[in-house]
Amino acid sequence: MAADKQKVGSEKVRGHRAPEKTGQAKPEWADGLRALYDSIVDEPLPDSFKDLLERLDDPSLNGSS
Amino acid sequence: MIPGNKRGPSETANFKRELTAVIPHLRAFARGLCGRPDMADDLVQEALLKAWAAQDRFEPGTSIRAWTFVILRNAYLTDMRRNRFRGEYDETVAERILVAPAGQEEPIHLADLHRALQTLPPERREALLLVGAGGFSYEEAAAICGCAVGTIKSRVGRARAALTAMLEDGSIPQRSMDDAEAHRAILQELDEAAARQEEPAAD
Repeated sequence: MAADKQKVGSEKVRGHRAPEKTGQAKPEWADGLRALYDSIVDEPLPDSFKDLLERLDDPSLNGSS
Repeated sequence: MIPGNKRGPSETANFKRELTAVIPHLRAFARGLCGRPDMADDLVQEALLKAWAAQDRFEPGTSIRAWTFVILRNAYLTDMRRNRFRGEYDETVAERILVAPAGQEEPIHLADLHRALQTLPPERREALLLVGAGGFSYEEAAAICGCAVGTIKSRVGRARAALTAMLEDGSIPQRSMDDAEAHRAILQELDEAAARQEEPAAD
């Protein structure tokens, strides 16, 4: 997961795929879009998710009938 | 309810580990889709439960990110149909949560970018999110959205052109969610998504 997260601003080592073939240059804000996404990916996980992950092991969630 | 657990304990543990690892990506995609952090997280939780219940349909070794994005996307479209996200974008929240990238001379205000993104018709927004933010190839994005590669290319191209125009002019219009054309596109998407709802990871 860390491998596909390049730091914004280093043009040479972008984790992105090759630029699309539409001929347009990458717009200025393209790094910003990636930064938006990465800033959320890097956020600590709220406790609600940890709670949910714990609940997943509860057999009652797994379709006991 | 579908029994979630036909595989062995170690496979279940592997699945859970992979699912856990993909949560930050689901949160990022969901926030881009619906614009609001609280609703985005609700959506991710919903998607996680669905993914857990459907884990037998996940093929180990394939991309769990792509697989869960399909589930998340379907959950989003379903909620959109119930009008849950319409007109509820909260700009002040976006201002608070977004941070500008370091080391740029004249950083584009990320809150502006986020807001501009939210004005795009949903199908173009998600295409741009998948390719431009999530780093998926056009082919992968097309598989996630269940449409042709050419359609994704066209959507990404239009989304990019619209964002560039908005950000260069500094004129970011209100959300287009009430726009008739955008709304029609949404409904069409919903119909297509509904047809696929039962098979989140087909192919």
